Amino acid sequence: MLHLILFSVFAVIAVAGALNLLVQRHPISSALSLIVVMGSLAVEYLLLGAEFVAAIQVIIYAGAIMVLFVFVIMLLNAGVEERTKGSKVALILGFPAMLVGGLLVAWVLLRAPNVGSVNVGAMYGPPKAIGWLLFHDFLLPFEVTSVLVLIAIMGAVVLASPVRSRFSRPQPEPERQALKAAAGTEPAHEETVTARRSS
Amino acid sequence: MVPLHYYLLLSAILFACGVTGFLIKRNIITIFMSIELMLNAVNLSFVAFAARWHVLSGQVFVFFVMVVAAAETAVGLAIIIAVYRTRETLNVDQVNLLKL
Amino acid sequence: MTLGTFIIVSVIKIVIALFVLLTGVAYTVWLERKLVGRIQNRWGPTRVGPFGLLQPLADGAKFLFKEDITPPHVYKPLYIAAPMIAMIFAVTSMAVIPIGDWVTVAGVHTPLQITDVNIGLLIILGITSIGVYGIALAGWASNSKYSLLGGLRATAQMISYEVALGLSLVGVLILSGTFSLRGIVDAQAGTWWGWLPKWNFFQGQFVAFFVYLMAAFAETNRVPFDLPEAETELVAGYHTEYSAMKFAMFFMAEYANMFTVACLASLLFLGGWHGPLFGPTWLQEILPVFWFALRVFAFIFLYIWIRGTLPRFRYDQLMKFGWKVLLPLAVANLVITGLVVALRA
Repeated sequence: MLHLILFSVFAVIAVAGALNLLVQRHPISSALSLIVVMGSLAVEYLLLGAEFVAAIQVIIYAGAIMVLFVFVIMLLNAGVEERTKGSKVALILGFPAMLVGGLLVAWVLLRAPNVGSVNVGAMYGPPKAIGWLLFHDFLLPFEVTSVLVLIAIMGAVVLASPVRSRFSRPQPEPERQALKAAAGTEPAHEETVTARRSS
Repeated sequence: MVPLHYYLLLSAILFACGVTGFLIKRNIITIFMSIELMLNAVNLSFVAFAARWHVLSGQVFVFFVMVVAAAETAVGLAIIIAVYRTRETLNVDQVNLLKL
Repeated sequence: MTLGTFIIVSVIKIVIALFVLLTGVAYTVWLERKLVGRIQNRWGPTRVGPFGLLQPLADGAKFLFKEDITPPHVYKPLYIAAPMIAMIFAVTSMAVIPIGDWVTVAGVHTPLQITDVNIGLLIILGITSIGVYGIALAGWASNSKYSLLGGLRATAQMISYEVALGLSLVGVLILSGTFSLRGIVDAQAGTWWGWLPKWNFFQGQFVAFFVYLMAAFAETNRVPFDLPEAETELVAGYHTEYSAMKFAMFFMAEYANMFTVACLASLLFLGGWHGPLFGPTWLQEILPVFWFALRVFAFIFLYIWIRGTLPRFRYDQLMKFGWKVLLPLAVANLVITGLVVALRA
């Protein structure tokens, strides 16, 4: 009974957070509501006994990934989301699509034969057992993910570094410079100055 | 005792919210967050299935999903920064050209 | 133990822990002012009470009665929530930290710890990583350039150093084979040849200890890594727009975090509460707490000493140091520890 109550409370919090993510128009509010969803999901994991997964959920998702999101929102100074024609179309089509999809999934789930129920701490997942599985049965996937993470790190560094770094083209070609000079923009002026100085 | 259905239903609702966010949001960062929400919803069903059938592999899968999500976030946010640097907007409707 | 006793004992422990922590925080501020004063050839606080010992009380009263200014340009809900988030998560991590062995008080046999969970270390890591939001949101919600820069710096710095911090702890985890803080301390009991204690520090984790120490300085935003609140560049960093009790909350959160990392360092690397025991039974029950407090005090002293000694890093130096020195060191330590343990087995 207590299990059901706790499950429902945190399920309601999670769904409320997810809906708030949709309703809020400022990205930072959306990010915060997503953190709430992740926190309540961590509690759901704890209820199922998956303590290691719950801890990792808080550390990686709430503590690292979402901090990164908040960081980027702060860095880009993202403001309130603008309403455009596309967003109106999306609103009109998106909500009914979600309703239909959700109802369909719910219908399939509830029509399925009784698949049983789970107890509190039904699958106790101690770190030791998970580590054993990870480094024995799932060793190859583990190594592959490590390569993936390495690639992701390098990709992120290359992508986020300034455009005119030594990795990309160093100088714009002459025609482009001429075009920009013809347009009379400020950077073109700078470029002609540097070109004159270099020639 | 909580029926497995409930966990799956919660997971489905969260996933649907994620899909909706992906469709209706115009801010590229929020769209990205909706993807994270979908991943989270899937994780919940993994853990619930692991608990129902007493197989620990489900929890290990969650671990992999999280690692991939972390890698995806790093690259995705770097792309968002690059896009913002060239277009000075985060609205996906205005990011409609493949060249500058 | 019945449920009733359990609840009563837990509540008593929580109240005592909170009281000790907040008093400790207040007197650390006093200690810092006194020590930095002596380092800079000054007296520090002397007016309020003997040796200025009542200064923390005066400061507290001052913070309480100052006008609480909310600037008009802030984003109010988050502006108010940010100091609370910082404070709450800084204090919460105390819940799983053990400060001593089991004791028997009034017939109840209980550990000197609010709760002993078998993923205690992960819980502390999780709580401290959530605590970043307090600072990041303060910087964002204040809607001022200094705050924003401070918040950005704090976020980037904390994410970067969390990696090195976490990796430096893995060596200790390999040696002790558990996430439970009590289990880790128990694994460090005993001595070699009767005099060298089996602390993780002496078991070859000195590199990890160094990395942990540096990363802990960065995580708590202390000198030499206090760039988020660098007063010479950013006025006061992320808490520029805060006043009165809200500012005090950030202040207390910072010192409470200092306590957490100091406790963690003592527990993980320096053998927790292990030390020579002697005398009657009551003394033997109190001595572990004393040894533990001594280690924590030594760390706090080190913090203050370094603050009085070192200048601030530049931001690019900070990032280079974190990613190019500490992270490789931590990884190397992890690999070598793993190899040694595997070969020994």
